[in-house]
Amino acid sequence: MHDTMQTQSERDVVLSVQGLKTWFHSRDGVAKSVDGVTFDLARGETLAIVGESGSGKSVTSLSIMGLLAKPAGRIEAGKILLRDRKGQEHDLAQASAATMRRIRGAEIAMIFQEPMTSLNPLYTVGDQIAEAIVQHEGGTKAAALRRAQALLERVEIPAAARRVNEYPHQMSGGMRQRVMIALALACNPSVLIADEPTTALDVTVQAQILDLLRRLQAESGMSILFVTHNLGVVAEIAHRVVVMYAGRVVEDAGVNDLFDRPTHPYTQGLLSCIPTAALLASRQRLAPIPGNVPSVTALPAGCTFAPRCPLASAQCTAAVPELIPVRPAHHARCIKVLASADAEVSHA
Amino acid sequence: MLRYILNRLVGLVVVMFIVATIVFVILRITPGDPAAVMLGPQATQQDIAALRTQLGLDQSILTQYVTWLGHLARGDLGQSIFLNKPVLTVLADRAEPTFWLTLMSLAIATAIALPVGILSAVKRGTALDQSVQGFSMFTSSVPSFWLGLLLMEFFSVKLGWLPVAGYGGPGASIGERLSHLILPAVVLGLVNSALITRFIRASMLDVLRDDYVRTARAKGLTETRVILRHGVRNALIPILTVLGLTAALLVSGAVVTETVFGLPGVGSLVVSAVLRRDYPVIQGALLVIAAIYVLINLVIDLLYLLVDPRVRY
Amino acid sequence: MAIASSPSVVSGSSSDRWQILRLLVTRKTVLISLIVLIVLVGAAALAPWIAPFDPYKLSIMNRLKAPGSLHWFGTDDFGRDVFSRVIYGGRLSLTVGFMVVVLSSALGILLGLVAGFFRGADKVVSRLIDAMMAFPDILLAISLVAALGPSLSNVIIALGIVYAPRLARIVRASTLVIRELPFVEAARALGVPTRRIVTVHVLRNLMSPLLVQGTFTFAYAILAEAGLSFLGVGVSPDIPTWGTMINGGQQYMGTADWIMVFPGIAIVLAVMSLQLVGDGLRDVLDPRLRKEL
Repeated sequence: MHDTMQTQSERDVVLSVQGLKTWFHSRDGVAKSVDGVTFDLARGETLAIVGESGSGKSVTSLSIMGLLAKPAGRIEAGKILLRDRKGQEHDLAQASAATMRRIRGAEIAMIFQEPMTSLNPLYTVGDQIAEAIVQHEGGTKAAALRRAQALLERVEIPAAARRVNEYPHQMSGGMRQRVMIALALACNPSVLIADEPTTALDVTVQAQILDLLRRLQAESGMSILFVTHNLGVVAEIAHRVVVMYAGRVVEDAGVNDLFDRPTHPYTQGLLSCIPTAALLASRQRLAPIPGNVPSVTALPAGCTFAPRCPLASAQCTAAVPELIPVRPAHHARCIKVLASADAEVSHA
Repeated sequence: MLRYILNRLVGLVVVMFIVATIVFVILRITPGDPAAVMLGPQATQQDIAALRTQLGLDQSILTQYVTWLGHLARGDLGQSIFLNKPVLTVLADRAEPTFWLTLMSLAIATAIALPVGILSAVKRGTALDQSVQGFSMFTSSVPSFWLGLLLMEFFSVKLGWLPVAGYGGPGASIGERLSHLILPAVVLGLVNSALITRFIRASMLDVLRDDYVRTARAKGLTETRVILRHGVRNALIPILTVLGLTAALLVSGAVVTETVFGLPGVGSLVVSAVLRRDYPVIQGALLVIAAIYVLINLVIDLLYLLVDPRVRY
Repeated sequence: MAIASSPSVVSGSSSDRWQILRLLVTRKTVLISLIVLIVLVGAAALAPWIAPFDPYKLSIMNRLKAPGSLHWFGTDDFGRDVFSRVIYGGRLSLTVGFMVVVLSSALGILLGLVAGFFRGADKVVSRLIDAMMAFPDILLAISLVAALGPSLSNVIIALGIVYAPRLARIVRASTLVIRELPFVEAARALGVPTRRIVTVHVLRNLMSPLLVQGTFTFAYAILAEAGLSFLGVGVSPDIPTWGTMINGGQQYMGTADWIMVFPGIAIVLAVMSLQLVGDGLRDVLDPRLRKEL
């Protein structure tokens, strides 16, 4: 476990989440949506957080942004370390509301899943982008609107001069998502959190948006935290991947490593759910993972995946497994990999 | 957009037509002879017969209906039996106090409801929210005339700050008129604020849950800006509808309040007309008031055009 | 006027009953309101046995006595015991309110079903509903009572007509939705007469909104009747309803306040409890609003 970001200097880490726990308190009990999540995001890198619904991936991103629904949701424990553009380090989990407000939009920006409803229908697109610019950097509205137009051009919206004065309902879903991206980039943040930005879009539009994000990252060196449940998208855009299950990270690896050598049984299960040409040729059945994701208010003891895992044994339910290094920059939260892992590590 | 306006106008005409028919029907369902009822037990047969002819009650229902519509088209609302003046003149004479009363009560009701509703939505679940809701509930359970009497006793009789009743004589100053209107406007406004408060609160709660509010926060805007520019502005749209509904409630309430405070408005006119069985006046008042209400709603529909760009384009 | 929400097309009235019980247990205000209502209704029902005096009994010697140990609410200008009159008044006011709910529900359901089923009738009925709602409540009620003649039953009829359109709208909306449900389409394709199925389904789904709307209508009817009686265009002044009592107490404002104050308090109690219970029921029975809990 690392405490500061100094040790990450070889990787130039911009955002470091350490042992994050976000719980929701309600009349029906405590929902441990995020229960000890740790990962790092380096400069210019795209980290994908993969998981099913209920895995806690969205809650993780909302926790980082400080957008949890109060009063129910709260960060119970952990650190969220951000290095801002001046080089100063902040712990977002402890930051005051005023600090968070300054950081949101300026240092870290977020785009959401539903472009159709994420923009205010009563204001023009240009107005909404300009609003963010004026809030963080001051200046006149006219200057901000000019920048808004430039941003729209940057995200490849045709006829930007006209579009800047249009209302959201006059645009398609794909275009609105581009507007959202423009909005997010308005103040040149170093981190962009994208929470399933392409899920609600057509496949062709999806590809365009991913292309756009890749290009923008190459241009500005921005880091992207990409939350998704779609492994195909992960393969396209991520450098590193974190797999989440029931509020915990169960595997983290480089993208190629994850697809070539998935280690955690859950990851293996996820990958085998994807139809491939080989599978088609062999005429085998798709093998879904049996069982259901556990309810966040009633998590099983020990390894939360054990009830559905083909490799499970009595030891698995005894205690929560640690994240075990399987090979360099590749960890899995499973005691079953120890035997094979030891063998591999000793070879490296 | 033009289609939207045209649609509304056509709807208005249709509804007014039906309203006129309803008014016609209502006053013809009196069991027995309307003319006899109007003149009371003292009337002679000749008087009754004369009135019947005058009102055209001796003709068939269909003829009466057609004649009635014809009169309406010309703006002729008939003649008041007791005041011997055209109904339209009588109504025009009494319109002023009701107009100011309704306007003032709406202003007071909104002035109470807007901040209270917004606050209770933003501070949802807290003690403030619950006490606000309780207070709202209480004020909407109080009979307006009862509250009026109590306030009248306290402020006018005991403290003598405000006049007891009436509207001031002819030619009274604006200040004097205002002093007569304050108490009734407060009563009416208070009792009807509950609906608006509840609506504003519900609308704000809905809007605060909307995605674009989350986007606004994600942009790093101050909470005040988020609530005012993104929350309230959007929440206000459905509230326009409530204002329309409240206008109707206020006109309703004016009837009672004017009677309690002795204001010579249209409301108290209707009451005395009913007690005196002055049917032409009742008919005329009903029509005019319904027309006003329908017009208010039309204006609100048009206001939506201004406020919501989704309707405009 | 409370805006009743669109009906939930989720069936399951037995789970609704559980919800109602849970509501009563967890929300104290609703529980208290319900108790108050039961007390009021109970007092009204048991009036002949619990009223200490005959509400009609005149006693010129005892007129205008302030509240004391003998006459808890004092006596009015005819020496009648105000407490007993308030209880008997409750009897009448609450009965009127209840009957108005029954009548307006019956009318509303009928109109709504007709409008929902028959496209042709719908055009007419919808406009009719719009037109009726173009009149402010009290005005319509006053005119109807003026036309029919002032009496208790006419007040009930008038108010029943006034409040029917709101319910008709809800029923119509519900009918239109249920008509298009897949299982109805399937039945229609099989040649099964769908009207009865739809009616039964509509009525079942209406239980909740009807209950909620009914509670509010009850409250508004009490206020309306009081208003009408106060104005003198409702029930005749010698019949003791809460409204006529306030009317009678007007002239003694300042000298014998109690004549006017206590009936008013009774109205506030009844209407407020009804609205609180209605709110609670709506929170529990409308799944859309459940989120707000």
